[in-house]
Amino acid sequence: MRVRVFVTLKPSVFDPQGTTVAEALHTLGFGSVDGVRQGKYFELDIAASSAEEAKQVATDAADKLLANPVIESYRVEVDTAGGAR
Amino acid sequence: MKFAVVVFPGSNSDHDAHYAVEGPLGEEARFVWHKGTSLGDADAVILPGGFAHGDYLRTGAIARFSPIMADVRRFADAGGPVLGICNGFQVLLEAGLLPGAMLRNDSLHFRCEFVSVRVEHVDTPFTAACRPGQVLRMPIAHGEGNYYADPEVLARLEANRQVLFRYVDASGQVTRDSNPNGSVANVAGLCNEARNVVGLMPHPERACELAINGADGLVMLQSAVHWFTRRAPASVAVRGASSLSA
Repeated sequence: MRVRVFVTLKPSVFDPQGTTVAEALHTLGFGSVDGVRQGKYFELDIAASSAEEAKQVATDAADKLLANPVIESYRVEVDTAGGAR
Repeated sequence: MKFAVVVFPGSNSDHDAHYAVEGPLGEEARFVWHKGTSLGDADAVILPGGFAHGDYLRTGAIARFSPIMADVRRFADAGGPVLGICNGFQVLLEAGLLPGAMLRNDSLHFRCEFVSVRVEHVDTPFTAACRPGQVLRMPIAHGEGNYYADPEVLARLEANRQVLFRYVDASGQVTRDSNPNGSVANVAGLCNEARNVVGLMPHPERACELAINGADGLVMLQSAVHWFTRRAPASVAVRGASSLSA
């Protein structure tokens, strides 16, 4: 089962990469882009019998390794439509 | 005194640390591969600089799960002196042996240059031979040294006197320009509450000889000997101890 994990810096944490990307976009004429926050995206293919089980595994993985709770938060989405591609 | 230098895949300052201990310091050093499970009879542990596991995911994030880290944690919990240098500092942060986390340098540049840091407290194994307020000139080489702790944690660190090193100008003043990476409160290094685990971004082991880079970093390793000698029974051999003033 495919599970997506999005890891982003907490709102209180300054993101120099996102700021630089925003400045570049402004230079390119994307004046309507008010802000950019850069993060990480993971696709986990998990052998699980239910969406709940897959989500729990991904959550445990995010807690232990994928995200650093000091500076990052994360969101988990189970792809219920498709299996492992 | 015996130093264990942990070697992760991607460590690149392991030989510098080994050389600094065996050469300028005159003590024993041995490498311990990260897949080992025991630090042996080491009296102190160095987690060296480099790019353990390619810095993939986050700096130190994979290395913290290396098998040897269980024994590093045991050693630290027992009060043993642990020094994390640069990437080693990042590993200690990821492992939770020190509080906070590292962000990308605010300049987004990899900074490779000399910096000045001020020694804030001298009651740790790696600052015991320093003078309070002493300014040390040492090199840095990192892209992610922008130390972050939330305001509550930072206040606790300050109250507990855990901020051991701050980036300063040559006269010892904390300034924005002397901060190479955007680190909060100019933090260059800190210790845990028990004060036996120390991490810093500058490289003392690369500043241990006047012939290259200056010798300001040597005092940190001498501090460990100084600290160890005061605690160890008289029968323990410390090669360099006689040259240190009490």
